[in-house]
Amino acid sequence: MQRIVIIGSGQGGQQAAASLRQEGFSGEILMLGEEPGLPYQRPPLSKAYMANGDAGALLLKPAAFYERSAIMLRDGVRVTAIDRAARAVLTGDGARHAYDHLILATGARNARPPIPGLDAPGVVGLRSLADAERIRRRLAATRQAVVVGGGFIGLEFAAMARAAGVGVTVVEATPRLMARAVSPEMAAHFLDLHRAMGTELLLGVQAAGVLTGAAGHAAGVALADGREVAGDLVLMATGVRPNAELAEAAGLACANGILVDATLATADPAISALGDVAAFPGPLGAPLRLESVQAAVDHARHVARRLVHGDGRPYAAVPWFWSDQGKAKLQIAGLLSGADHSLALPQPDAAPVVLLFRQGRLAAVETVNAPGIHMAARRLIGAPQDSLRAHGYDLRAAVKAVSAA
Amino acid sequence: MKITFVAADGTRTQVQAREGDSVMHTAVQNDVDGIIGECGGSMMCATCHCYVDDGWTEAVGGQEEGESDLLDCAASEVRPTSRLSCQIRMRAELDGIVIHLPESQL
Ligand SMILES: Cc1cc2nc3c(=O)[nH]c(=O)nc-3n(C[C@H](O)[C@H](O)[C@H](O)COP(=O)(O)OP(=O)(O)OC[C@H]3O[C@@H](n4cnc5c(N)ncnc54)[C@H](O)[C@@H]3O)c2cc1C
Ligand code: FES
Repeated sequence: MQRIVIIGSGQGGQQAAASLRQEGFSGEILMLGEEPGLPYQRPPLSKAYMANGDAGALLLKPAAFYERSAIMLRDGVRVTAIDRAARAVLTGDGARHAYDHLILATGARNARPPIPGLDAPGVVGLRSLADAERIRRRLAATRQAVVVGGGFIGLEFAAMARAAGVGVTVVEATPRLMARAVSPEMAAHFLDLHRAMGTELLLGVQAAGVLTGAAGHAAGVALADGREVAGDLVLMATGVRPNAELAEAAGLACANGILVDATLATADPAISALGDVAAFPGPLGAPLRLESVQAAVDHARHVARRLVHGDGRPYAAVPWFWSDQGKAKLQIAGLLSGADHSLALPQPDAAPVVLLFRQGRLAAVETVNAPGIHMAARRLIGAPQDSLRAHGYDLRAAVKAVSAA
Repeated sequence: MKITFVAADGTRTQVQAREGDSVMHTAVQNDVDGIIGECGGSMMCATCHCYVDDGWTEAVGGQEEGESDLLDCAASEVRPTSRLSCQIRMRAELDGIVIHLPESQL
């Protein structure tokens, strides 16, 4: 293999390039990324960056890394088509790049719900550094913000905005916060936390449109039940859609993401996909798409091992995720989907530890500000419930027992 | 202020650090091999494991809560001087600190 082309220079694309070199790949690596500049981390965009505005601190690696690793990065370049027959990609600037292997790491973009007014000035999304810069500039002059969507990014932003003295209303269509990704017990805990921060949270009600005021600027959000919420900044945080169109146009199978097998290869052996855009076989059999640093990084390492050493093992890394909301660091190990039983262990003066089980085995664990329990949980995913009960559900004790055995 | 990193093979690299930045962050931004910092300092990965030089352990101070549980998951041997470098923030007393890097982080 002479030349590997990576589309997308985000968390997963960058890791793929780095891991290929770590594993000893000596051919050419070309990374084509639509965003300007060096690959950076997105998680701080809704966290520390909102407070400190330090864009330099976001870089995954400095420029020197790409030079010494002979990783060619073309930034500000959009790939417009994949010519699978000729094994080449076409870019917006008219260039054509041949590949022996192609890695699709195109990530995801913000979803746009079908409601009027989203183009009004003052309506923002948060996915890229450019988005975050725009929001930070506006935030200084904002008195009241409306967040549409009570998921991780909306709530992280809400906490940062409150800390900056901005009034915040969160509008969430489902009856609870972070409904797709956390247990009802943990969602209830975070509802209390955000209320205590002074955020107004409206649950179970849809946004019907953006209200505009003077000169067409956003002035708030109209709700489906007829109420109106005022705000001069409207953050749309209603989830993402995978950037799979390029693959789809090239005839690769897609269904909520680019479908890959357990080794993260598409049906075309010369093309792999990873990160937010990849739908891979999950533990329940159905295709699974994760939106996390862990998945992007572990996928990338997995693909690199396959390409360099021919390692054909199935991908099976334990998922983990975090979200910082105010002083609360939520950490999740494992996957909630398919859980049939949960156990909320109250902790003195702190958030509960929530254990979720699927068919008698540990499927996921949610903790807040308890990194030790989280790390133990990561090693116990899949353990039978009985073995944990035997330790009074003290996960750290259970891990010690396992490693001693 | 400055930090000297000593790789497992003995190679020394001195870099400039900013007050308030973590040792992990300083290493990553200066392209020092041997510290990964996958979780960006969120105490979730233990890929920022380091050994504080014996002469500096007192100035650095003890571990943060939960740190030892993470270090249990570190790839290389844990020693009494082991720390998560994302939890060490640079301040005047740490100017010139020497940090030893483990064999591997994964
Ligand atoms: C505000 C925010 C906060 C987050 N917080 C957390 C967190 O706390 N914890 C966590 O685990 N995860 C978090 N995430 C998610 C995490 O950042 C993503 O899961 C991760 O970035 C996915 O990596 P990726 O490489 O798949 O996609 P991305 O990082 O999105 O990179 C994809 C890149 O591909 C480029 N691209 C797309 N199409 C083309 C094309 N045709 N040609 C060229 N380039 C193209 C895009 O412009 C983009 O730069 C957060 C995300 C956001 C936005
Ligand atoms: S950077 Fe992840 S624990 Fe320190």
